[in-house]
Amino acid sequence: MNQQSGSDLKPGDLLDGIELLERRPGASMAALWNARSPAHDFPLIVKIPFVEPGQDVSMLVSFEVEELIAKRLSGPHVPRFVASGDIGRIPYLAMEFVTGRGLAEVAAGAPLPAAEVGEIGAQIAAALVSLHRQKVAHLDLKPENVILSSRGAVLIDFGLARHAELPDLLGEESSLPMGTAAYMSPEQVLGDRTDTASDIFALGCILYQLATGVEPFGRPQTFAGMKRRLYHPPRRPRDIVGAIPRWLEAVILRCMEVDRAKRYADPAHVLSDLQHPEQVPLRENGPARRGVLASMRDLFRRSDDQALVGNPVARRNGPSTILAAVDLSSAGDPLIQEVLAETARLIATRGDSRLACITVLKTEILGSTPESDESGASIYLKRLVALKDWARPLHLPDTRISFHVLEAVAPAEAILNYARHNDVSHIVVGARASSAMRRHLGSVSTKIVAEALCSVSVVRIKAVEEPAHA
Amino acid sequence: MSERAAMRIVILSDIHANREAFDAVLDAARALSADETVLLGDLVGYGPDPEYVIERCARMVEDGALCVLGNHDQAVVHNRRDMSENAREAVQWTRQRLSDAHVAFLGTLPLSAMSGDRLYVHASADQPAKWRYVRDTDAAAASLAASDASMIVCGHTHIPALYYQLPGRRPIRFTPIDNVPAPLSPLRRHLLVCGAVGQPRDGNPAACLGLIDTDKQSATMLRVPYDYNETARKIVASGLPPWLSMRLKIGR
Repeated sequence: MNQQSGSDLKPGDLLDGIELLERRPGASMAALWNARSPAHDFPLIVKIPFVEPGQDVSMLVSFEVEELIAKRLSGPHVPRFVASGDIGRIPYLAMEFVTGRGLAEVAAGAPLPAAEVGEIGAQIAAALVSLHRQKVAHLDLKPENVILSSRGAVLIDFGLARHAELPDLLGEESSLPMGTAAYMSPEQVLGDRTDTASDIFALGCILYQLATGVEPFGRPQTFAGMKRRLYHPPRRPRDIVGAIPRWLEAVILRCMEVDRAKRYADPAHVLSDLQHPEQVPLRENGPARRGVLASMRDLFRRSDDQALVGNPVARRNGPSTILAAVDLSSAGDPLIQEVLAETARLIATRGDSRLACITVLKTEILGSTPESDESGASIYLKRLVALKDWARPLHLPDTRISFHVLEAVAPAEAILNYARHNDVSHIVVGARASSAMRRHLGSVSTKIVAEALCSVSVVRIKAVEEPAHA
Repeated sequence: MSERAAMRIVILSDIHANREAFDAVLDAARALSADETVLLGDLVGYGPDPEYVIERCARMVEDGALCVLGNHDQAVVHNRRDMSENAREAVQWTRQRLSDAHVAFLGTLPLSAMSGDRLYVHASADQPAKWRYVRDTDAAAASLAASDASMIVCGHTHIPALYYQLPGRRPIRFTPIDNVPAPLSPLRRHLLVCGAVGQPRDGNPAACLGLIDTDKQSATMLRVPYDYNETARKIVASGLPPWLSMRLKIGR
C-alpha cells in the first residue's frame, strides 16, 4: 500500500479539494497546515500524521482516535469537523481553524485578577459541559488546547480523548499514564481513562495556574514524580497570592480533590459556582494539612492508591441541575408545596444533583428598585428568607443548593434566562388552574414549556371536577 | 485486490430453532435493505421450531443468502453426542422432528464462506470443525492468525464482541454497545463475534442482529425485542429441558 506522509506536500497542493496554504512550524506528531476550501467560508487547519515506517504506533493510534471522535462532536465548543482522509491511503484531518486568543498565551500573563480567572474558568466549564454531554472526556485539557474565541472556549486536540461508546484504542495499547504531566488527574496517572471528572481536575490545575502564576505540580518527568499528587496536595493558592478570594480558592481546590467522591462531578456545578461566587460554600480550613503522622501513614498505604482516587463518576441518571421556580407572591399558596414535592422527587434521583431555587420579584419598570415595606426590611430580603424557608424541608447541604431572587418585568423570561446561563437540566414550575384571563395572556408555565431548552415539570393542584350543569 | 463497493451486510447467528426471534429479526432486517445476508450457523438446537427455521433458511439460501454450518447443525446431521446434557437432549429431540430433507439441507452447509475480504465461520477460524469459542484476546488472536481475511465474522458464544488488530500486534477487545455503530478501521483487521438471534446470553433477552456497513465502516449489534414468553411456552410444551425456556427470559 502506498502511504503518503506529510513530508512531500507543498503549498498549493490539493487534498480532496482542500488547498494547503502554509505549513505551521513545530508539531512533532503530525504536520499542521493552514488550508482553505471553496466549500467552507472559514479557514481550515489540516493535520497530517507522520506515518513513516518504524514510527511509534501510538502516534497513528492517537490520530485514529482523534479522527473517530472529532467527526462525532458538534457544538460551539469544538472546531467544526470538515473532512478526513482514509487512514489507509492519505490520512489527514481537516477541521475549522478557530480564531481567538490561545489560553497558553493568556496563562503567560498569570497571575490574573480573580474576576478574569473566574470568567475564563466559566468558559472552559461550559465547554466541558458540552463535551461531557456528548460522552467524551478530553483527557488532555491544558492551556495549549483551549482557545478563547468570540463564541466561548473552544477545546482542540482530541488525540488522547475517550468516547464512552467507542473502543479505547489508545488505552488498550498501553497502560502508561497518558496526558500532560502538569495537568493530569491522579486517576489518569494510575492509568484510568474512563472518567470525565479527570477533565475537571485539569480545569482546577489551569485555574490554579491562572490565579497564582504557578503550576500546581510542576512538570514531573518520572512516574514517581507524577504520583506525588496522590499524596501531597499543592500549596494553597492564597498562600501564593494573598489577594485570591476565598471562594475562588474553594472552587479550585474542589476541582483538584484527589478523591473523586469529593471532587466536582459535573462541570455544570463548577460553572454555577464560578458564576455565583457568593453561593460558594467556604470550608473553615480548607483541605486538612497533612501532619507528619498522616504522611507516615501514606508511606505504608501506597498499595491503596486506587482507594485514594476513589471510584469513577458513574454514568449518573437524572438531572444534574434542577431549577425550582417558586411563586411566593401570595402567602400560604398550596401550589408551592406541590412544587416542593415534585422537586424533592427529582433531587432524589441523583445524589450529586444541585437545586437552584428561584423566585421572581416582579418589577413594573425595568431597573426600578423594589420598595421597602413599613417595617423597613426590603421586599427582596423578605423574599430570600421565604425562599430559604420553602426549601428547608429538603434538608440539602449548602453545596447542593442556591437561592436567587430575580427582579424582572417578565418572570418567564427571567427564569428561562437563568436556566440557559446556568446549564439547568430540569425546571419545576407551578401552573394555576386555567382561567379566561390566563388563556388570553398566556401563563408563565406555558411560556417556559414552550421555550425551555431542557425538560420541564409543570405542577398543578388537581382540580375537583364540577358536576356538569344540566 | 477486492473491490470496495459500499455494502450493507446483515448477519444472523445462532438462531437455534427460535421461530419468534427469527421472524422478529427478519422483519427488522427488511428495513435495512441488505446487499448480503449471512446465516452464521446453529440454525437448530435448543429451540422448538427446527423445521420452520430450516425451511425459511433454505429459501433464503436459494435467494442468495450465505449460510455456514454450526456445531448443533453438525451434531444433528452426524448424531453427535459429545455436548452438554441440555444440548445433547435438544439434538436428539431435533433429530426426531426433522425429515430427511431437513437433515440433508444441514448436511450441505460449509464450515466457512468467503465474501470479498470477509470470512464467515460459526466458531474460531482456527480449525473451524473444532468449534473453539472466541471469548478472549488469545482466542481472537488465534482465529485472526488462521486467516488472511481482513474481517472475520463468527458467532457461537452468544455474546457480542469486536476485536481490533493492528499488524503484528495483539488484538484489542471491545464490547459493542447495543444499537450503537462500532467503528471499523481501515488500518486494522477485525474479528466480529455476533450475538445470538435465538438464545442471547449477554443479559439482554432481545434477539441480536448484526449489521456491517462497509461504507460507513461500522458494525452494529441491533437488538430486536420478541415474544420470548411464547417460545418459552413451546419449549416446555414440547418436552425440551425447562432450563432452555428459562434462559430465554433472562438472556443468559
